[in-house]
Amino acid sequence: MGRVGTIARRSFLVGSVAIVSGVAFGYYMYRKPSANPLLDDLQEGEAALTPYVKIDASGITLITPRADSGQGAYSVQAMMIAEELDVDMDQVRVDPGVPSPAYYNTALAAESAPFRPTDRSTMANTTRGVMDAVMKFTGMQMTGGSTTVPDGYEKLRMAGAVARETLKVAAGRRTGQDPKKMTTERGHVILPDGTRIAYTDLAAEAAQVEPVDHLALRHPSRWRIMGKPMLRHDIVAKSTGTQAYGIDFEPEGAVHATVRTNPRKGGAMLAYDASAAETMRGVQKVVPVTGGVAVVADNTWRAFAAAQAIDIEWGDAPYPPQMDAHWQALSDSFNDDQLDSRKRDDGDVAAAAYDAEDADIVEAEYRAPYLAHAPLEPSNATVLVTDTRVDVWSGTQVPRFVQANIARLTGINVDDVHVHVQMMGGSFGQRLEDDVERQATEIAMQMKGTPVKLTYRREEDMTHDHPRQIAMARGRGVVRDGQVHAFDLGIAMPSVMSSQMGRQGWTVPGPDLQIVAGAWEQPLAIPNYRVSGYRAPELAPISSWRSVGASTNGFFHDVFLDELIHAAGADPLEERLRLMWHDPSRKVLEAVAEMSNWATLPGAGRGRGVAFCTSFGVPVAEVIDVTATPEGIRIDNVWVAAEVGRVIDPVNFENLVQGGVIFALGHAINCEITYADGMAEQDNFYAFEGLRMRQAPKIEVRGLENDIHVRGMGEPMVPPAAAALSNAIFAATGQRIREMPMNRHIDFV
Amino acid sequence: MKLTVDGTAHEVDVEEDMPLLWVLRDELGYKGVKYGCGVAQCGACTVHLNGAAVRSCQTWAADAEGAEITTIQGLGTPDALHAVQEAWITHQVAQCGYCQAGQMMQAAALLAETPAPSDADIDDAMSGNLCRCGTYPRIRAAVKTAAALLSEV
Repeated sequence: MGRVGTIARRSFLVGSVAIVSGVAFGYYMYRKPSANPLLDDLQEGEAALTPYVKIDASGITLITPRADSGQGAYSVQAMMIAEELDVDMDQVRVDPGVPSPAYYNTALAAESAPFRPTDRSTMANTTRGVMDAVMKFTGMQMTGGSTTVPDGYEKLRMAGAVARETLKVAAGRRTGQDPKKMTTERGHVILPDGTRIAYTDLAAEAAQVEPVDHLALRHPSRWRIMGKPMLRHDIVAKSTGTQAYGIDFEPEGAVHATVRTNPRKGGAMLAYDASAAETMRGVQKVVPVTGGVAVVADNTWRAFAAAQAIDIEWGDAPYPPQMDAHWQALSDSFNDDQLDSRKRDDGDVAAAAYDAEDADIVEAEYRAPYLAHAPLEPSNATVLVTDTRVDVWSGTQVPRFVQANIARLTGINVDDVHVHVQMMGGSFGQRLEDDVERQATEIAMQMKGTPVKLTYRREEDMTHDHPRQIAMARGRGVVRDGQVHAFDLGIAMPSVMSSQMGRQGWTVPGPDLQIVAGAWEQPLAIPNYRVSGYRAPELAPISSWRSVGASTNGFFHDVFLDELIHAAGADPLEERLRLMWHDPSRKVLEAVAEMSNWATLPGAGRGRGVAFCTSFGVPVAEVIDVTATPEGIRIDNVWVAAEVGRVIDPVNFENLVQGGVIFALGHAINCEITYADGMAEQDNFYAFEGLRMRQAPKIEVRGLENDIHVRGMGEPMVPPAAAALSNAIFAATGQRIREMPMNRHIDFV
Repeated sequence: MKLTVDGTAHEVDVEEDMPLLWVLRDELGYKGVKYGCGVAQCGACTVHLNGAAVRSCQTWAADAEGAEITTIQGLGTPDALHAVQEAWITHQVAQCGYCQAGQMMQAAALLAETPAPSDADIDDAMSGNLCRCGTYPRIRAAVKTAAALLSEV
């Protein structure tokens, strides 16, 4: 309760950073309160109590600024507000809100700071505060980094609580009765005599009173909604074909467009001949866009067909055209000049791993490929440009970037660029990029007054994705007396943050800790333990892919650890437990040991592997059982335990974790993006398949609640999955798989 | 060209080889049918043609003429759910939900032919439908629940 006590004030949105006085980036700017966007378009009779709750005579709206790409973000945000507001989920509307600087993401800053999530020292907390100031300063309303729950856990509940208490004061003003003697229930204030007044009736009066700012959040033992299985607010729509996604939005008079841009991403279009396309049925226009050409037609399929009929001469790729050169660039990056970070350097690795005589030395090299995001809804955006304003309808995770970039493109004032965030048919990080919104705007600028709906062909989507980073790791370790004695892991990759933020015109100073994320911060007490990040030059443009750096590094780090443990002759689970100094992390390992009945061998022809990775502050352990069949490896069972502080919705949690494991395993087995002549060679799902139902294992999930920090679960199940699979395959076959996709080395059923 | 969709007759003027998917989405406004891959690799566009599950991205408009076309919105509605939709809600299958219309159409066709499917039957029938979010464990469970619901009728 101590932590709740310190933030139990309305000023907590800014107050919690009062400890960071005197930091860079302008304390004054930071202290300056952000404008409340809801006040702008309030109608007579409406009151906006906090930036997350809106009540008027027609009902109660909960504003959920973090976007929903399928992870249940809208529902989980609404649950956190509703818990304190005392409304039920069937009484409220959920609205993603408008882009606004008030919706900055505090939890993303905590994840960005260069301290381990397990490190709660003053220094670590102070630096997180600095990063928090940076985020506020730049008004980064983004969804990512598994931050929706940690970002909202206090903010959203407090918003609900402030609203509730202020409504009581309003009721007191109307009735002359003491608000302290009132209660609330299902959207009503209950007076001491049992009279009920609906929140909606009190909305206008509530706007006239000062918001109540001294209150405490409810203890979890009193929760009615959080922690309970709830029906997701979108589940009926998504089960009946009535959920509208961005791709389904089609305003009156809209035209259908598609683009073809240089498949050598970022390269120029040298020339094109659209004479055949222009005469095709339904084609209205062929117009140039940055790096390519767009077809505007009266039907999506006609636009697709016409675009394929255009003859185009493409320029060179701004990166090496062949894969060999990409791998060579990584291989060449393991040197002192390209050392980007060495945040883990315990004991004396140089002496223990390099100068030791007669030691048992283990050396290995690991690889992970580029991967497309490939959400099932292809990239799309609808844009209407007029002389005075722009409207954008799109499933984006970065509405503020979209707004700023379109203002720049069109010359229209940023306040007149309206981004209407749509439900996403998946993202996995893809919708952190805004190419499609920019292109739709370029087309719409050439057709003012007509809404332009731009849809990518799947092939355009997959070959123009900004993929997950390519990465390589080299490990050297020593075992002694049946234990892991020295562990030295170097990881080389280009900087995701630099590539991604560079496209937004930003430079990212200092080391990029995503190069070592999922490796350097593991809570292991290995006596000589070093993790070094090497920054490879920028190659193909890359972007954040579900779990970012940890998606490759969780594999590298834990498979190398497994190799050392096997070399030491120790039990994979017992040795990990022995090395684990962080108690909540030990508990996830103990949980999967119990769930999988680890001590019992799975039988002849079968193998069992365990892996651990903490990422985004969430320690996750996974055990996988496989069978080596004559047709290949079959994945039978997966057991997962994750420490998240609090499970907000157990049904959504289980679904998210199961799905994330399947997502991770599918990519680990059979997905990669490779470049030939500068172009991605995989352009549809036959070449980038993932897991099919017949391959999906049984997956048992357990959420642990031992830590005081509440964390999000959109990503942390991904990093350990491939490692646990590789470790299980080794146990079953004796073959060690050090490269993804694994089907380069072994068959799967 | 005359097409009957979810019991309603429509007259459309389209190329014979326009995929049914785009006739449904762009010409007639049946947005519950989804575009995912365009090459029959994902199953998001699955509809019923006289009760059989087909990939509408690979079905020419001309080949659907005269047939009963059923989309997810004709299978059932929020107020009158099909057993498959009811089971999908009970198990809270959807994450992003984009593939689920196709999954449910595939499942409904399976159950019409095989009222009590085994695990292998389910895997065989459903493995052509891709779910990028990985909701397969819940789809499996929901298909079984739907089978039980249908057998009660």
